[in-house]
Amino acid sequence: MNILSIKDLHATVDGKEILKGINLEMGAGEVHAIMGPNGSGKSTLSYVLSGRDGYEVSKGEVLYKGENLMEMLPEERAQAGVFLAFQYPVEIPGVPTVTFLKQAMNSVRKARGEKELDAFEFKKIMDARLKELSIVNDMVRRALNTGFSGGEKKRMEVLQMAMLEPSLAILDETDSGLDIDALKTVADGVNALRAEDRSMLVITHYQRLLDYIVPDHVHVLSAGRIILSGDKSLALELEEKGYADIVAAAA
Amino acid sequence: MAAVLETIETVGEATDKYKHGFVTEIEMDRAPKGLSEDTVRFISAKKNEPEWLLEWRLEAYRHWLTMTEPMWARVGYPPIDYQDSYYYAAPKSDADRPKSLDEVDPALLDTYAKLGIPLKEQEVLAGVRNVAIDAVFDSVSVATTFKDRLEKDGIIFCAISEAIQDHPELVRKYMGSVVPTSDNFYAALNSAVFTDGSFCYIPKGVRCPMELSTYFRINAAETGQFERTLIVADEGSYVSYLEGCTAPQRDENQLHAAVVELIAMDDAEIKYSTVQNWYPGDEDGKGGIYNFVTKRGLCEKRAKISWTQVETGSAITWKYPSCILKGDDSVGEFYSVAITNNRQQADTGTKMLHIGKNTRSRIIAKGISAGKSQSTYRGQVRMNAMAHGAKNYTQCDSLLIGDECGAHTVPYIESKNRSARVEHEATTSKVSDDQLFYCRQRGIPEEEALTLIVNGFCREVLQELPMEFAVEAQKLVGISLEGSVG
Repeated sequence: MNILSIKDLHATVDGKEILKGINLEMGAGEVHAIMGPNGSGKSTLSYVLSGRDGYEVSKGEVLYKGENLMEMLPEERAQAGVFLAFQYPVEIPGVPTVTFLKQAMNSVRKARGEKELDAFEFKKIMDARLKELSIVNDMVRRALNTGFSGGEKKRMEVLQMAMLEPSLAILDETDSGLDIDALKTVADGVNALRAEDRSMLVITHYQRLLDYIVPDHVHVLSAGRIILSGDKSLALELEEKGYADIVAAAA
Repeated sequence: MAAVLETIETVGEATDKYKHGFVTEIEMDRAPKGLSEDTVRFISAKKNEPEWLLEWRLEAYRHWLTMTEPMWARVGYPPIDYQDSYYYAAPKSDADRPKSLDEVDPALLDTYAKLGIPLKEQEVLAGVRNVAIDAVFDSVSVATTFKDRLEKDGIIFCAISEAIQDHPELVRKYMGSVVPTSDNFYAALNSAVFTDGSFCYIPKGVRCPMELSTYFRINAAETGQFERTLIVADEGSYVSYLEGCTAPQRDENQLHAAVVELIAMDDAEIKYSTVQNWYPGDEDGKGGIYNFVTKRGLCEKRAKISWTQVETGSAITWKYPSCILKGDDSVGEFYSVAITNNRQQADTGTKMLHIGKNTRSRIIAKGISAGKSQSTYRGQVRMNAMAHGAKNYTQCDSLLIGDECGAHTVPYIESKNRSARVEHEATTSKVSDDQLFYCRQRGIPEEEALTLIVNGFCREVLQELPMEFAVEAQKLVGISLEGSVG
């Protein structure tokens, strides 16, 4: 059974149809890249999958591990293992990152019927992940994302992914706002989390992220539809010819 | 009746809206309904008070008759009929007042157990808390724990009615010295009919070895609670004091008009923390406590008074814990979290009166409004002519949840000294959908996410509370906001 199965998905925002019939199948452990020009519906797809208010599904279905994902609340999707790495991680002033991480982990564990972690058990896990990702301890003591640099925010997303161990990770323009060094650091973190039981949907505008996170499949999204699919070479082709040519050729 | 009680509890637990909304069935000894000189005499006689105190009460009562209810606060409620309330209600067993905790009516102890107060000394000793507690139940102070141990340091911590009997010179000297009987309408009313409360005296140079705590609870129907707290910290002493309050769920409104007076002598420090969780009324604004409270502290030279309050309960809150910074180099602080939900109304803040040189004050007020509630910060900072080099910093932050509530900030700033400095910052924000969605995407359910965000917003204030109460206050934030999202 595929991890994610999207069939003829149509979605609207403020009454306007943005996704116009998306079909996508993702197997376990696969990394798929979704590329597309601005306004093609990339971020809409990530929000529809994660259940954000205001994104209405008008047609089609999305199965996650065989379950109807669209019937679940955002927190239920997260608890079931769907993780969204945000393009713009949100600042929550006054809430220490460590507090947030612990509450998130325990909410997920509780929903899965697992024992909640006490402070000591939690710290052990967090310290191990921090070390693996070479993140300094100081960052988790600060208020969540508050005053973080662009690079720090993206690394925090990777840390959260590492701790929540999702089955499906959606990375929404993780490369945006990062310089090349920060991009490399974040990509290293993501690569370290590639696993046989973890699928990743990497959404990006530029090909350069895919130099570091090498996908198994590449899809081109245009005007709410996937117009072309291929292997990693498609990304390079796009880089060379630009979206306009590819879109025109596919039409 | 027991079945009714059980039902109330079951419903209460099921909805978990107001977990302290239980009623204890205890035989009550009451004064006749209504307020007159006779009521005042009745209370004074019941308490076996000296003549000077009766006179003091009567003077307050006569003054009260000439006063009008203050109407300047941003709260609205139907006129209160002061004749339609009981002014004295004591558990009947008070006639033979318990000598030790073993003699306390088990039903009462049970009540406190439900409130989560470890009243029995051995329980307290066994637990991690090192807190001395005076519990005020309706109008009578029930038991004071740790009294013996405190006495070794010369600390007096007892019910104020006891202090009137045992330490009349201290009570007579200080009671009314910071909040005079004629101060305001509710303070005058309290002075006339106060029934009990706590008294605390810390001798010169003594650092009180534990938190002192009072728990207030209104139990009887149609009863007002008028407690009076007096804390005197002698030169160079230190005390941290915590006050907690709960009341059962009732349809009618109940009046609570307390007076708290603090006196910090030269180099003394008083830290006064309040977690106020009176019954707030239901979703439609039916029932709930009217909380009209006067709290004020006097600082002598280099003294410091710090007020920390977490206000989550009451239908109406009218409360301005203040500092009179009389002595040079004295310090006043006010840290406040006020949460209103449903139809609650809160008008709260502080007054910092800078009289002495180089006096400093700091005000951090966080208001959170949800539902159809209204929350107002009202604060006064006054620099008197002699307050050379005085400084104040005020920060007021309001957080709105939903679009039917209101938050208002009303600062009054008055400076008569050119060298004094006053700073005021204010912000208003909303809990954003982005923040809620971000938390939910990490698996945190919506209501918990809201609690987390609001606790973050209040953090600066909550961390001023003693550790174990900070945890309790955080939970209370969650309970108060139930039903405000989704």
